[in-house]
Amino acid sequence: MSRPEIQVKGLHKSFGDNEVLKGIDLEIGQGEVVCVIGPSGSGKSTLLRCVNLLEEPTKGQVFVGGTELTDPDVDIDAVRRRIGMVFQQFNLFPHLTVTENLTLPQRRVLGRDKAEAAKVAAENLERVGLAEKAGAYPSSLSGGQQQRVAIARALSMGPAVMLFDEPTSALDPELVGDVLAVMRRLANEGMTMMVVTHEMTFAREVADRVVFMDGGVVVEDGTPAEVIGNPRHERTRHFLSRLLDPAMAEVEEETSDQVGGGDPKTD
Amino acid sequence: MSDPAKAESDPAKTEPAPRRKGLTRRQKRGLSQGIQYALFVAAVIAFAVSADWGRLKNQFAQADIAEQMFPDVITLALKNTVLYTLSGFVVGLVLGMVIALMRLSSVGPYRWFAGVYIEIFRGLPALLIFIFIGVAVPLAFPGTEIVGGTYGKVALALGLVAAAYMAETIRAGIQAVPKGQMEAARSLGFSPARAMISIIIPQAFRIILPPLTNELVLLFKDSSLVLFLGVTLEERELSKYGRDLASTTANSTPILVAGLCYLLVTIPLGFVVRRMEAKAQEAVK
Repeated sequence: MSRPEIQVKGLHKSFGDNEVLKGIDLEIGQGEVVCVIGPSGSGKSTLLRCVNLLEEPTKGQVFVGGTELTDPDVDIDAVRRRIGMVFQQFNLFPHLTVTENLTLPQRRVLGRDKAEAAKVAAENLERVGLAEKAGAYPSSLSGGQQQRVAIARALSMGPAVMLFDEPTSALDPELVGDVLAVMRRLANEGMTMMVVTHEMTFAREVADRVVFMDGGVVVEDGTPAEVIGNPRHERTRHFLSRLLDPAMAEVEEETSDQVGGGDPKTD
Repeated sequence: MSDPAKAESDPAKTEPAPRRKGLTRRQKRGLSQGIQYALFVAAVIAFAVSADWGRLKNQFAQADIAEQMFPDVITLALKNTVLYTLSGFVVGLVLGMVIALMRLSSVGPYRWFAGVYIEIFRGLPALLIFIFIGVAVPLAFPGTEIVGGTYGKVALALGLVAAAYMAETIRAGIQAVPKGQMEAARSLGFSPARAMISIIIPQAFRIILPPLTNELVLLFKDSSLVLFLGVTLEERELSKYGRDLASTTANSTPILVAGLCYLLVTIPLGFVVRRMEAKAQEAVK
């Protein structure tokens, strides 16, 4: 790991008086797969959105591929071409077919010609196993298929880094597997990935590192075996026990230092 | 049913439904409908009996007068109405788009200007704008010539009014596109302007197609205000043409024919919109 692909230094982010990120430092090396886990409102989605500057950090620096995104003079559109992003709600363009969803950004942003864009689109649809849906409109696809198209759309831009913001949270349980399979394949191909997720099995089996966040700080950062298998912090243990066995949770008092009520950006 | 007292009553103890005195619900509904039908039929009969059909026919449906209107009512009057409407619509759409984007701008003065524009041109009668363009502007700025003569003036007057309404419609349409669409476009490397043009505005237009077409219908009717600009014979549109002919023949048939010509356009237009709406729904849903 010569140079970290993603580097976050002293990142703070507030929405009004609500400080969601309270000083995050994080490095992700080339080809590394990092899963970010944590309770809702812990700031994990906000952190992810700060990495491609969909949220403007209040303080701190973000580097991707050696370029500082937080530099006010940086060409943010150029940097974002290196960063693919997959959203919880897919955000496919509903007025375009699947193929057009993949070709329009290539042509408008990268200036590729029609034939090349179509070729890249077809390759990436193949990659996510949806070649036969090329002419369909997003509305005729299942959630799992839409999310795979969204991944293919991001990949068509040839990114060096992929960000996933709870990619399976909006899916029916039986559709989660297809999306995770695509992500697993991407990880095996050596893509640098930062994944905000609640899928512990995926985190355990695919991630090189797991980062546990709570209350706007990184509580624990280590291999899946360390963070999920043998958490050192009480907060991590508490979170994991609730996640793995929700039926066993007990009613508890809301504490005022929790950012409770949910992160407005994740819902 | 939320009444706790009722919820407590034992559901197992099924009593026969209480029967109200007098008419049942079904009987009441039947009676109400019967009365409404009877009223309607009575009104139709009263009109048919009291109307002086011969005189009405004389006044509104004289075949020879109607005949003499053709083909000019179509080739001249309707053609001009359509021309005025479309030119006004295009000016309104372009100007309205600019105003809408100004209204959504992060630059304060743009927002204020757009807000003031919308308030002024929505608040004034279209007739006043026509008089302003036709009379006040040439007097206030002697020597200035609005390009296109009457056609240019009408396009400008209709466009100025339509832009105010369309700006609000377009703004609402842009804001109705989910926020995630802009985020997805930005995350793919689109600049804000490019994302607006390639992704947001096409979706916004699908949303606002019905209100926009409604605006077209309103403009179609407002084009009749041209008669206050003082037009040449060749520039007359449906209303002016119908009125002129009505006064020379001292008969209302031309008014009726002109009215039918308006409907000839507005009714199919409504039909087309409903078709487009259904299709857009299918694609976007």
